[in-house]
Formats: sequence, C-alpha cells, structure tokens
Amino acid sequence: MEIVHVYTRLRGELGRQCVLSDRRAEPLIDVPPQPDLSTHFIRRPSREQGLQAARDTTEHQVNTERFESDSKGMDHSEGGWPKDINPQEAEQTIRYRKKVEKDEGYVTSILQLGSVMEHCIRQNHALDIYEEYFDEEEEEEDQEPPSAKTINVFRYDIIINLALSFHPDGGRKLVAAYSFLGFQRRLGDPSLDSYIWDMEKPNCPDVTLKPPSPLLCIHYNPKDPHTLLGGTASGQIAYWDTRRGSRPVELSSLDQSHRDPAHNVLWTQSKGGTDAFSASTDGQVLWWDIRRLSCPVDRLVLDMSREENLDRALGAVSLEFESTMPTKFLVGTEQGVVVSCNRKAKSNAEKMVCTYEGHHGPVQAVTRNPFFTKNFLTVGDWSARIWSEDVRESSIIWTRNQSSYLMDACWSPVRPSVFFCVKTDGVLDVWDVLFKHNEPTLSVKVSDWPLYSVCVQEASGVIAVGSQHGDVSLMELSDKLKNQQKNEKTLLSAMFERETKRERLLEARLKEVRLKERSRSQQSPEEELRGERGEEEPLELLDRAERDFNQLTEHHVIA
Amino acid sequence: MAQLADVEETLKRIEAHKGVIGTVVVNAEGIPIRTSLDNSSAVQYAGLLQDLTMRARSSVRDMDPQNDLTFLRIRSKKHEIMVSPENNFLLIVIQNPCE
Repeated sequence: MEIVHVYTRLRGELGRQCVLSDRRAEPLIDVPPQPDLSTHFIRRPSREQGLQAARDTTEHQVNTERFESDSKGMDHSEGGWPKDINPQEAEQTIRYRKKVEKDEGYVTSILQLGSVMEHCIRQNHALDIYEEYFDEEEEEEDQEPPSAKTINVFRYDIIINLALSFHPDGGRKLVAAYSFLGFQRRLGDPSLDSYIWDMEKPNCPDVTLKPPSPLLCIHYNPKDPHTLLGGTASGQIAYWDTRRGSRPVELSSLDQSHRDPAHNVLWTQSKGGTDAFSASTDGQVLWWDIRRLSCPVDRLVLDMSREENLDRALGAVSLEFESTMPTKFLVGTEQGVVVSCNRKAKSNAEKMVCTYEGHHGPVQAVTRNPFFTKNFLTVGDWSARIWSEDVRESSIIWTRNQSSYLMDACWSPVRPSVFFCVKTDGVLDVWDVLFKHNEPTLSVKVSDWPLYSVCVQEASGVIAVGSQHGDVSLMELSDKLKNQQKNEKTLLSAMFERETKRERLLEARLKEVRLKERSRSQQSPEEELRGERGEEEPLELLDRAERDFNQLTEHHVIA
Repeated sequence: MAQLADVEETLKRIEAHKGVIGTVVVNAEGIPIRTSLDNSSAVQYAGLLQDLTMRARSSVRDMDPQNDLTFLRIRSKKHEIMVSPENNFLLIVIQNPCE
C-alpha cells in the first residue's frame, strides 16, 4: 500500500515558484499500539554469543631460499698451480719450480727436513721394527668352543620332513622330501608335494614337485643337476627333470616296484648317470635304469638264508653307495643288521657278502666316511656306531646310548673325524671322534620337534636339518668344524687301526674260548649233560643273566 | 749458491740410501717441487699425503694444543711412506725397508 499524494495543476502553472505556507501539523497516520500482538512474541532474557579466548594469530606462508646442491667430481690430476701457469707447459712449470727453489725458506726447510728424514731412514735400516717375531709358530687355534648357528628356516607345511639333499653344484638349492610315516594318511591332509628350496628365499619354495604319493627320499643326480630321483610311499620310483615341470617325467610301474614304501633311493655309477637303485622294507633292492622305469634292471631279495624268500627277507631302511667302489654297497635293515652286498656277484645268493649286527632297532642311516671308505657309520636305536669292513663281529667305535632315538646321520665332507646326527628330541649332535667319545662335541637344540633328516653341503659347511613339523633349518658351523685340522687324517686312521685291532683281538679270543668249550664238550659229553641239567635251575639262570647284564653295562660305560 | 748445493746434496744422499724408492718435495700449495718419481705418481703422492698430514697434524693439536706433528710414517705391505712436515714444505720419502 503506498501512501501517495496526488495533485493536479494546469500545464501553464508548472514551473511556477512554489509558494510555501505554514500549516498546522496534522497526523497522517496514527497506528495505536496493539497489546494483544505481544502474544506473538516471547521475551528472551539471555543472549548467547560465541567468544574465543585465544591469542590472535595470523597465518603467513614463507618459502625459504632454495639450497642448490650439485654432485660433481673433481679430477685431481694436477692441482694447486697458480692461475697464470699452465700445468701442461713444461717450461712454465720448470720456471715456477726453479723460482720456488730459490726461495730462502726452501733451503732451510729442506735441510732441516732432510736431517730428520735421514734419521728415520737409518732407523729403518738398523732395525726392522715391524718384523714378525714368531713367524714359525702357527697362531693358537681359537679357543672359542665350536658352535652352530641357524641361518635360515624353511617352513611350508606341517608334515614330516624325511629327506634332504643339496644341489650338487655349489648347493644354492636344497630339495626336501615330505611325507607321513604313519600307516594311513589322515583324511583331508593337504599335500603330497615336496619342494626345492632356494637358500636365499626362505618364504616360498623354488619348485614344487608333485609326486603321486608322498616322497620318502629324494636325491639330486650328482652328474646332472637338473634331474632328481625320489622314492615314494607307494613303492614307486619317480624321476624328475626340473626343466620340465613339477610332475615326474617318469614313474616306475606300480606292479614292478616295491610293495612297501621305498625308503631309500640312490644314484649309482654309470656312464650316463642314469642308473639308480632303491631299497624298501619289503626286503627287496631293485636296480633301475632311468630311461626305462617300467621294469627294474635287477632285483635282490635280502633273505639271509639265500633262498630269495620274500617273507623271510629283512626290510631295508637305508642304503649306502660310494662311487669309488661301484660294485659294493651297504644296506641297513629294519632288524638292526647291516648287509654288505656285491653287485657283481654271479648269483643272487652270493650277492650278499656279509652282515654286521649291532643295532637293536632299524638302522636309520648308513654312510661311509668320505676319507676312509673302509669305515662306515650306522645309526639306529639310541646309538651311533662306526664299523670297519673287515671286522664283522661288532663295531669298532660306538657311542653310549643316548636319551632319545637317533634318526639320521652323516659324515662331514671336510673333516674326516666329524659326523652329525639328529635325534628325536630335536637336537643336532656333532661328534668329533678324535676329540671325545663319551659325548658329542656339540649339541645344538634345533627345534622342539623330533628331527628326521640331516644333510651337509660340501662347499660351505652348511647343514640342513629337517623336523617332524616340516621345518628345514639351515645351520652354519663355526670355523673349527669346517676346516680340517692338521694331522687329522693320520690321527684318525691311527685310531681306526687301533680300534680295529682291538676288535680283532677280542674276536680271536672269543673264538679261542669257544673252541676250547667245544673241544671240552666233545671230550666229556656226560659231564656236559650233567652240567646242563645243573644249570637249568632258574635261580642260577637269573643270577647268570644278572651278572652278564652288569658286565655289559659296565663295559659300555667304560667304553 | 752454496745453499742450493747443500740442498741438492741432501736430497741426493737421501735418494741414495738403501731401499729408498723415491722422494717428493711438496710446497704449501700441493705442487711437487722436486721429485725422483714420475710426474703423475708425484702429483698423486703430493695430493694424498698433504691432505693426510693436515689431518694428522690437526688431530695431534686437537688432543693437545701445545703439541705438534713432527713425523708421519705409514707402513704398508709393500713399503713404508715417511712424511716430514714443515710449515711450508713437505718431504715425502718412500722406502722399502727389507732386510
């Protein structure tokens, strides 16, 4: 609503001077207060206002001066020359030098320096103060105790690691076979695989090998580093080529292979590196040609009665083959007997040459000493024994019975008197035959799980140890254990000779005693009969048994 | 000048000692003034050893300000390098002290 005042004028009157006059004030609009409108409003007693009790600050951006840095090389070929002299010019440099030489200070300095220098030169002539006084004496060997340090652990799956083998060329790679020892596999168990590990990469295996059934043992071909041979739990032998993928290139046929798991497989000597042999607890040792794994080349039944009766055969658990003696090999059996066999014998019966009895349980490992091939080491039950081939009655050196079962052993490739064995309490024992016999030189607890396999790498003194939990630990040995000590070979051969002689003497004595008894019994059979009846009283038998037992244990403790 | 002849004689005498392979006289700027080795080796010795001598001297003086470096001997597998420092000059001798 606009408040408008309209007035009209005649056109002629526009622009005429305004005539103003007083007039009384008259209210134009009068709007009285309306109290009832106040109900629309509320009185607000308080008022809110935000306040900040902080220092007043201002924000200001600053850029510092840039520090320019530059990488430059400097060539100090000739430096220090004053600016006006060109170092390339011989004349100028010679002139400068001559000028310096004429300087007063130069002369005095040089004369003084010269005398000091001559003094020292003469000193050098008079006495060589840096000479080695005790050159001939070799440094005292480190008195630090031998030690082994874990450098890496390869862990992939929780299955028992049964066999390890290092890559023949320098051993950057390690192949490990995993499987179960129990009768039936637990349902739902994941993998049958075995792995090749690269020592630098502990997190995941380099190559996975997929056999049809878990592998119990695996070896690289010493002649061809790409090929591997493994024995499976189904008794078959599988042959891999790492260049051709993870499935076995060839697998021996099921009906021709072993009937029990193939516990050990080894490469043998042959021109093309294609021969191998395998052993299993079904009592057979089979020879194979890699190129044709469908049928074994040869077969040997470990029947002691030479009848080739499989039922009576000894189950083989470990094999030993030394490439310097290609026709002989050793088989360790479940029954605790080591059988030495000759491959080239004419008939199967003659193949088994002799046996060595000594262990109470399966012979888990048989290895020859790389330096003294006539002596070999066996481990089984709770002790490790060293044998000499000539002495058949008993081992020449043996360890005291340990607190837990020994599962695997191997000689050190560098030091002839050192061997390593692993036990079911997770300990790796390092024995030095020259140092002491009654206990290992070094015991290292590698893992909380029983250890099942051990393998030494020749070049760098690294040992790989495999456990029940699937961990493969790489241990590095201290220098003392890696380097051959002086006279070690001669001392060790002397020791072996001595022990062999002792055993032979004992053998001879035993034979004598037996012979005497036999001759006595032949002379007086009646006395013998009476004697036998007399002896059959149980109390006396018990006494005799007790006495024998005590004697045996004493003998062992002393030894 | 007689003094110059003295200097010559001293240096020649040093060089003639048994086992001495070479000598270098270096001035404060690092320029080899007189040397019995070839130029490149002399320059190399001069540059490297002057630096080292400065360092050695400052180390000695840092430990004890009254002290000063009198002589520096570096024994290596092949020979011994002897450095005699002065204010302005450095005398370097390389000797092979084999008996």
